[in-house]
Amino acid sequence: MTKVLLQGGTLVDATGIRSGLDVLIDDSEIAKIAPSISPPRGAHLIDCDGCMISPGLVDLHTHLREPGNEEAETIESGTRAAVAGGYTAVVCMPNTEPPIDNATVVRDILAMSKEALCAVIPAGTITVGRGGEKLSPMVEMNACGVKIFTDDGRGVQRASVMRRALEYASALGATIAQHCEVEDLTANTVMNEGYLSSIMGVQGAPNCAEELMLERDLELAALCNAQIHFMHLSTHGSVELVRRAKLAGMQITAEVTPHHISLTDDMLSGYNPIYKVNPPLRTREDITALVRALSDGTIDAIATDHAPHVRESKELPLDQAPPGMIGLETALAVAITVLKGDYSEIDTSRKDRSGNSQSSRAHSTKSNSTKSKYDNSSSARAGKINSSYSERLTVDPSVLQYSMNMIDIIAAMSWKPAAIAGLDVASGGRHGGPILPGAPANLTVFDPSASWKVDATQLLSKSRNSPFDGLSLTGKVRHTIYEGEPVYLDGRATK
Amino acid sequence: MSPLQNALVSIGDLNRDDISHIMKLSAIFSEVLRRDIPKVPTLRGKTMAMVFSEDSTRTRTSFEIAAKKLSMDILSLNSSQSSMKKGESLKDTLANLHAIGADGFVIRHSSSGVPTQASTWMTVPVINAGDGCHEHPTQALLDCYTLIERFDTPGNYTTDGTILNCFNGMTVTIVGDVEHSRVARSLVIMLDMLGAKTTLCGPGTLMPRHVNKWPVRVSYHLDEVLPETQVCYILRLQNERGSGTYLPSIREYAMNWGIDSKRASLLPETAVIMHPGPINRGVELAGEIADSSRSLILNQASNGVAVRMAVIYLLLANPGDLTLNTGNFVPIRQANRMTDEPAS
Repeated sequence: MTKVLLQGGTLVDATGIRSGLDVLIDDSEIAKIAPSISPPRGAHLIDCDGCMISPGLVDLHTHLREPGNEEAETIESGTRAAVAGGYTAVVCMPNTEPPIDNATVVRDILAMSKEALCAVIPAGTITVGRGGEKLSPMVEMNACGVKIFTDDGRGVQRASVMRRALEYASALGATIAQHCEVEDLTANTVMNEGYLSSIMGVQGAPNCAEELMLERDLELAALCNAQIHFMHLSTHGSVELVRRAKLAGMQITAEVTPHHISLTDDMLSGYNPIYKVNPPLRTREDITALVRALSDGTIDAIATDHAPHVRESKELPLDQAPPGMIGLETALAVAITVLKGDYSEIDTSRKDRSGNSQSSRAHSTKSNSTKSKYDNSSSARAGKINSSYSERLTVDPSVLQYSMNMIDIIAAMSWKPAAIAGLDVASGGRHGGPILPGAPANLTVFDPSASWKVDATQLLSKSRNSPFDGLSLTGKVRHTIYEGEPVYLDGRATK
Repeated sequence: MSPLQNALVSIGDLNRDDISHIMKLSAIFSEVLRRDIPKVPTLRGKTMAMVFSEDSTRTRTSFEIAAKKLSMDILSLNSSQSSMKKGESLKDTLANLHAIGADGFVIRHSSSGVPTQASTWMTVPVINAGDGCHEHPTQALLDCYTLIERFDTPGNYTTDGTILNCFNGMTVTIVGDVEHSRVARSLVIMLDMLGAKTTLCGPGTLMPRHVNKWPVRVSYHLDEVLPETQVCYILRLQNERGSGTYLPSIREYAMNWGIDSKRASLLPETAVIMHPGPINRGVELAGEIADSSRSLILNQASNGVAVRMAVIYLLLANPGDLTLNTGNFVPIRQANRMTDEPAS
């Protein structure tokens, strides 16, 4: 079978950082790691100079849209986007059409994924049809390999149903993953509830719509002594609840998305549905809390919530457009840019735009009279923020104090999510483990300092709804190796 | 110089000088409307598309008449009778109307932000005729004109910009369903820009949650604020609010926030009553107050035409075609008297 030789990269995994090593891959496993390996005959040589080599990234939260909405994404196009983003495994969400709420659909998806460029692990629904009433047949789905159950896109509204789900799943050793949202408080909402939503005349979702369900489920998980995973947390209050629960010794895990640690509700000022997502983009205060939570381990994983939508659906009025943004191909770069990027540049660009978007927040320190606040905010609403939006991702200086080292960033994107999904080596899986001889060859090669500008038209996803389109990011995936095969090489998917 | 680039979607697109300019132009058009032949050829040959996805009496007819008085052709589209019913997207509809010959769009939509989105799709001017709970900028402008007409004193404006002096310290109370009111959102921005003091009054459920960051004072007790109110601006209460969770009943609303004769008597003698229409008589406003001499409600409706002529003119006239110049500026209150005014 194929031999691949990765030459001269820096290895980053749970054991630490090792520089100047070649990695020889034989078939689907790592054969040898040494300072200089002479290329075997016929080996595929990959120059990794200046790059880091990490265990393949694992996404806990991908919408592949197949079956049912193949116009937006397919398993083929979605996994192509995944490997372009450095992922070797993705957990695909069950809100397909039909939903993944029985073993037949699970088997279909697994069959369709045989030729996919990376591992596709279906999540099953908690309730039949994601209706929130009747438990899905978790045992038969679990027998097909499903280890995560979620009604993602909808939280389980009824406490009694959630309690039974936790009891049923934990007996299987499976994990319930909850999308926290009290729908009674979020009907017709299109964005974060705040000053901006109030002047835009749109319904906003308050932070507590997320926190109330999170708090309820912490109580239920404690009652049932069940494992629970919280998806795409977005508020500083949620972070505090999870922190307290972890300090109390609860076995819970949580994820955050790249967009929730990098973009604020200011992006909605031009009513562009590209920035509509659920949970909504929040505020700088929330971003700072989420970044801090990542850096201190309160939040375990970065998960993309990659949610492709066809262009037409994102050209509807804001209140009619579906929520969601794609993120597989930008996740690592956003994480590096926000959590470890060159902050001198980011800080400067932020000052540059402070005259516009920053002052649109009424509590901005710059505004010293009510009048000027309002003048600025109204011009902001006219879409001027977006036109002047910096080409650089803007990060509040308050996140600087929580910058992370590369091992911790990759941990949140590879071995920690692998463990949550049961894909790690300890669980019998093949993802996220240390780069050692004999280990599965699922690897990501990325340049941690390369700067690039996102061009949504060049992304491999079938959809174009990236909120990072046009922004410059630091950190670029160069190559992805899945089961020993270079599935993504120099900007190209090989299938 | 036109203060408007390609769209009027929010009153915040304008600054104080822009509003002053529009008021002066409106006064000129107001004079035009009083002529024997109340029509000018300014925009002859141009076509205005009226795209209304929501019912409207005043705004729609006012825009249509304004465009006609400027000699424009009207392309009128009602979404319930158009291909949007067949599932054509708004973006496609607008692009096709433009291809057919529309030179500008007046858009009303039940969703907030649609005119803003449309202005990014289209290369021709877009005027917001009311979008969801967001804004209704031409309503604020015609209210501005109506208030100048009532409160400005001759000689108060001798140089450019001071036409707006009557707003300094003016106490305006906006009563009712602020949460769902696009009129209130435009008014609050404009009145703040012009130096008026705005108070919002209504039940707690109908106040936006973050209203404390707006440049207004908030009161929940109407009787306390009326004695210090010069302009009592009453918002329409949509009947469906009474059946939901917003209000216990329409009756309770009318008892506490409706303006009847007794409440109106709490207002200073010179205070005026305004309402953007349509009125729910007996709910937010008693009929006899709506029809009283202190009511400016019909003035608002009639001033809408001149003000919308000014907005359309600023957005659609070619710079070289400025056949009207503000040298002919007519002070609003004395539009009929034709006093001497300096060129601006």
